[in-house]
Amino acid sequence: MKLSDLKISRQLRSKLHNKWMYLCFAVILILAPALLFGLYIKSAPLFEQNGFSEVIFSNEWKPLSGKFGFLSFILSSLWVTILALILSVPVCILTSIYLIYYAKGFVLKIMHPIIDILAGIPSVIYGVWGILMIVPMVSKDIAPFFGYETTGFSILSGAIVLAVMIIPFMLNILIEILRTVPEGLIESSLSLGASKWQTIKFVVVKKALPGIVSSIGLGLSRAFGETIAVLMVVGNVVQNPTNVFDAGYPLPALIANNYGEMMSIPMYDSALMLAALILFVIVLIFNILSRILIRRYEIKVA
Amino acid sequence: MKLRKVEEHVFLFLMRLSALLIGFALLAIIWSIFSKGLGSLNWQMISEVPKGGYYFGKEGGILNAIIGSLYLSLGATVLALVIGLPIALFINIHLSKRRRLVNVVRLILDILWGVPSIVYGAFGFTVMIFFGVKTSLMAGIIVITALILPIMIRSLDEVFKEVPMGLKEASYSLGSTKSETAYKVYVRQCVPGLVTAVLLSLGRGIGDAASVLFTSGYTDNIPTALDQPAATLPLAIFFQLGSPIPEVQNRAYAAAAVLTIIILVISILARIVGNKYQKNKIKA
Repeated sequence: MKLSDLKISRQLRSKLHNKWMYLCFAVILILAPALLFGLYIKSAPLFEQNGFSEVIFSNEWKPLSGKFGFLSFILSSLWVTILALILSVPVCILTSIYLIYYAKGFVLKIMHPIIDILAGIPSVIYGVWGILMIVPMVSKDIAPFFGYETTGFSILSGAIVLAVMIIPFMLNILIEILRTVPEGLIESSLSLGASKWQTIKFVVVKKALPGIVSSIGLGLSRAFGETIAVLMVVGNVVQNPTNVFDAGYPLPALIANNYGEMMSIPMYDSALMLAALILFVIVLIFNILSRILIRRYEIKVA
Repeated sequence: MKLRKVEEHVFLFLMRLSALLIGFALLAIIWSIFSKGLGSLNWQMISEVPKGGYYFGKEGGILNAIIGSLYLSLGATVLALVIGLPIALFINIHLSKRRRLVNVVRLILDILWGVPSIVYGAFGFTVMIFFGVKTSLMAGIIVITALILPIMIRSLDEVFKEVPMGLKEASYSLGSTKSETAYKVYVRQCVPGLVTAVLLSLGRGIGDAASVLFTSGYTDNIPTALDQPAATLPLAIFFQLGSPIPEVQNRAYAAAAVLTIIILVISILARIVGNKYQKNKIKA
């Protein structure tokens, strides 16, 4: 009697747990389409009113008179992101090769915690650091050196802060990718008389190239959506940047700075949701492409 | 022949330089936050809520933001664990034979991980307006849960992946159901990894600003119910830094030091637990 009671409750528990599990599973599968759909619904009115090309390719940003041209925000985002990648990608590739093929044990023991901690630092802290150190450096040292004058709140400051933020992220992926290059391949190259560096240049990098490309893609999508840190140092001036010392106004900053007013100006909420949608779609595309490229490595990409 | 050597040496130098640069960046961040922040950090800062005239440099502290951040991130972490743990178990136990499906699910989770927090925040805000909900602790918790859920599931998934097949089969052969196998074998086997995943999610939840900017609001009081707005540390830093008054700005730096300390403690804890996990792991 007692035994069968127990059995029923066990089966029941198992069943209940299964139900909960399916429910949770459904939630996670629905999340991304729901985000996409919700943002699209909210931003569609703007397209209907102003037309697609007008919204994306126009410079005119006058919310009060119903003019929403996103070009300068998109350009600012591109400037900051691409500059951040130019700064961080070489550092990441060189460091990952160093850590895998050259570094001694104690260097690894120091570097791994450093990378972990860098990855865990919140973006607002990066922003504060940017204001304390990078912005003055750009305005006092770097800009005068190139003959420009700036307050320091510029595309370059945003890009430097962003570069440091995405380094741990890309570095972790690159390390995992380099680890998957077969030992035998490296040994056969060495046994044919190639030096260590030649082996790395012609064998390792060649073998890992798709992985390296996709790590850059993932870094790009991470950088593109970064909000607070960039917002704090990039200046937030609506203009098409002409050089790296100009202030910019990337898409995430646009959303974060204006959500308070978005209900009081007609179509403003649509415009901000469109900014979120653009961000989401771009991040989605780069993420999917990079992940598919990286999948055959069967590695943990975090 | 010689050129080959020179090239290698040049690149080796560049590699060392890059690694040094990364180390230097971390030192620079910690140094600049602490050297600026620790000076204005005092007991009053972390033990009192803002008093009248606080934002003009008068008495008070940031206890509201510290508590608010803890509420938000703890609530979100618990919620993410309740939703995420079954999913991670589901992927590894129930779907273990359907590798293609599992790969697609992992791809979806990885992509969700990449979604910027501002997008979650904006979406959450829209949903809240649609339902007429005001900014509150609850809304913040839900948005942060959505944000950290992919992180939680994928870290748990990586832990459960390592559990040897034999352990599962042994558990089945003793007559246990799948859910018993899940909780009494898998979870027990992976407690340290579980703790690491929770700490990782917690750290991410405490530090994120863009998602709570829209959803949890800001208040000088410590929230006492789920429908009240809640202040957060990142936003306390962000708002106070925008003030033209030097005292208030200094408090922002102090708040940044507090947040950095919290994050460092979480990172170090996660590392200690993670190392322990490496030792206890049963190999397949």
